[in-house]
Amino acid sequence: MSVFIIRRSMQAALVVVVMSLIVFFGVNVIGNPVDILINPEFDHEEMERAIKALGLDLPLWQQYLVFVKNAFQGNFGESFVYGEPTLKLIVQRMPATLELAFCSLLMSIFLGIPLGLWAGLKPESPVSKTIMSGSILGFSLPTFWVGIMMIMIFAVELGILPSTGRGATVRVLGIDMSFLTLDGFKHLLMPAVNLGFLNLSLVIRLSCAGTREVILQDYIKFARAKGVSPRRVVLVHVLKNILIPVITVIGLQLGNLIAFSVVTETIFSWPGMGKLIIDSILLLDRPVKVAYLLITATMFVTINLVVDILYSVLDPRVRLQDIKA
Amino acid sequence: MTVIPEPDSVMDITAPAVPEAETSLRRFISDFTDNKVAVSALVVFLAILFVAVFCPLISPQDPYDLAVIDIMDSRLPPGSESMSGMQFWLGTDDQGRDMVSAIFYGLRTSLAVGATSGFIALCMGASIGLIAAYFGGRVDAVIMRVVDLQLSFPAILVALILLAILGKGVDKIIVALIAVQWAYYARIARGSALVERSKEYIEAAHCLALSNRRIVFRHLLPNVMPPLIVVATVQVAHAILLEATLSFLGIGLPVTKPSLGLLISTGFEYMMSGKYWISFFPGIALLITVVSINLVGDQLRDVLNPRLQK
Repeated sequence: MSVFIIRRSMQAALVVVVMSLIVFFGVNVIGNPVDILINPEFDHEEMERAIKALGLDLPLWQQYLVFVKNAFQGNFGESFVYGEPTLKLIVQRMPATLELAFCSLLMSIFLGIPLGLWAGLKPESPVSKTIMSGSILGFSLPTFWVGIMMIMIFAVELGILPSTGRGATVRVLGIDMSFLTLDGFKHLLMPAVNLGFLNLSLVIRLSCAGTREVILQDYIKFARAKGVSPRRVVLVHVLKNILIPVITVIGLQLGNLIAFSVVTETIFSWPGMGKLIIDSILLLDRPVKVAYLLITATMFVTINLVVDILYSVLDPRVRLQDIKA
Repeated sequence: MTVIPEPDSVMDITAPAVPEAETSLRRFISDFTDNKVAVSALVVFLAILFVAVFCPLISPQDPYDLAVIDIMDSRLPPGSESMSGMQFWLGTDDQGRDMVSAIFYGLRTSLAVGATSGFIALCMGASIGLIAAYFGGRVDAVIMRVVDLQLSFPAILVALILLAILGKGVDKIIVALIAVQWAYYARIARGSALVERSKEYIEAAHCLALSNRRIVFRHLLPNVMPPLIVVATVQVAHAILLEATLSFLGIGLPVTKPSLGLLISTGFEYMMSGKYWISFFPGIALLITVVSINLVGDQLRDVLNPRLQK
């Protein structure tokens, strides 16, 4: 077990190092930092001084080491646009993104499982057919286009939901939360539905397929024969057994949700990390770009590491196979 | 490409040798046409392809010829007429371009980017997967570890990282889409090549002392093609959607090469004032394209999957 964990952690560390190399050299070699970082109206002497002060006269590998050293101290430089430390900017925006991701995840679970259960129990009814064909649309519709259409219908035509920003927030444990105020909740509703659309379809399909399989099992027949009420059969016997695959997939989707929040945040001007990175790419805000890419890459590597380790705890075959290889 | 006889037909000496390929093709066609939905999806897709290829000939105007478009015609609702008496069936965008023509040209760009990146990724991924399966051992372990790692990152994040580094441009978005897709092809190619490798015809090729290169590309590759083609259809649809998303975010294609995503993004600015058509119709075009490709891919998967064959 510990061999497996050590091996996977080393691989994860290696990936982070490779990522930092790609991002650092990519940004520094493809773009010229002198053009971006130094005021073009400087004369030659001032230019030399500025290059020295920023360490741009050093060979690339030394610059990289300085960069790594600063990164370990949490120092990714200052944003050109906001004039604040980049790490602070990103950490400030993280709760908004996480709130959005979790809300859309919860929505897809609490809406998707009942709908899928219904469709699985009565596969021939017109309601179920509507649910299932609706879920196909969820896979094919482009997220950003659905978001735009939602704004058009609910914000422009009907005028019942706000289309931009987070609305009023409440500070809970030092973090601003939107969903606790009515105004904030209204602001959260459309982005969360938009982001969770694809997941909702996934949960519906999984729980429908699961229900149709479970309903044929002997233990369901037995429970019915025993005189258990139909309500209890569905809510306890069926529901428990379809939850396993649904939870697994949902756990894996969380990372995807955070990545895809880039799109939703841009459409609804949700002030999260995703909007920050798109703005910084468009405004050529290099320090924010580098810091965001490194932080998200590290975050994903960590999530994957944890998932791998959890799987190996749950399923011994995974770790045995890895040690053999 | 040399056609490798299936192991069954090698065994079955009495079977007539010549019409074999023909009958299997005919069977494939009749299996495919079993599903009416898939056939109509294929027809729709071919129509879209036709539009994309011949758009300079059939679109009502050249939307990027500044001499033709008139700023006075900008943001007209669907069905209105231009100053010169031309009908705009789907309205016009902010520059006064006819939306029908803009969508035709946008389809062309979207399909071209999706197909090019898909094809290159298919070639790259398939070669890498075949190499992994054929050589096995350490080569296989390293390649598959890289594939697993890449697939553990969401596609949009990988594309975002690459585009943040490379910047905008047609070539850059193709590079990003290839980087996102190759790993899927590599995994599928390796999986089916591992099955094929243990079959007799590969053993026979080894006995003939053919070179590794020849065995991999002339014998193994044609036989792992069917699953790859199925993945390719689904992946092209994914690539088109991803490209549209990235262009919508403003980090994909440049404004001079408007794809459907970029058209939708332009329309977004005018959404608040109720001018829905600039975003709405390109989105419908994108939706129809993606759904038709997916339906064709689904049917291909069912037809080409040996486990589902009667």
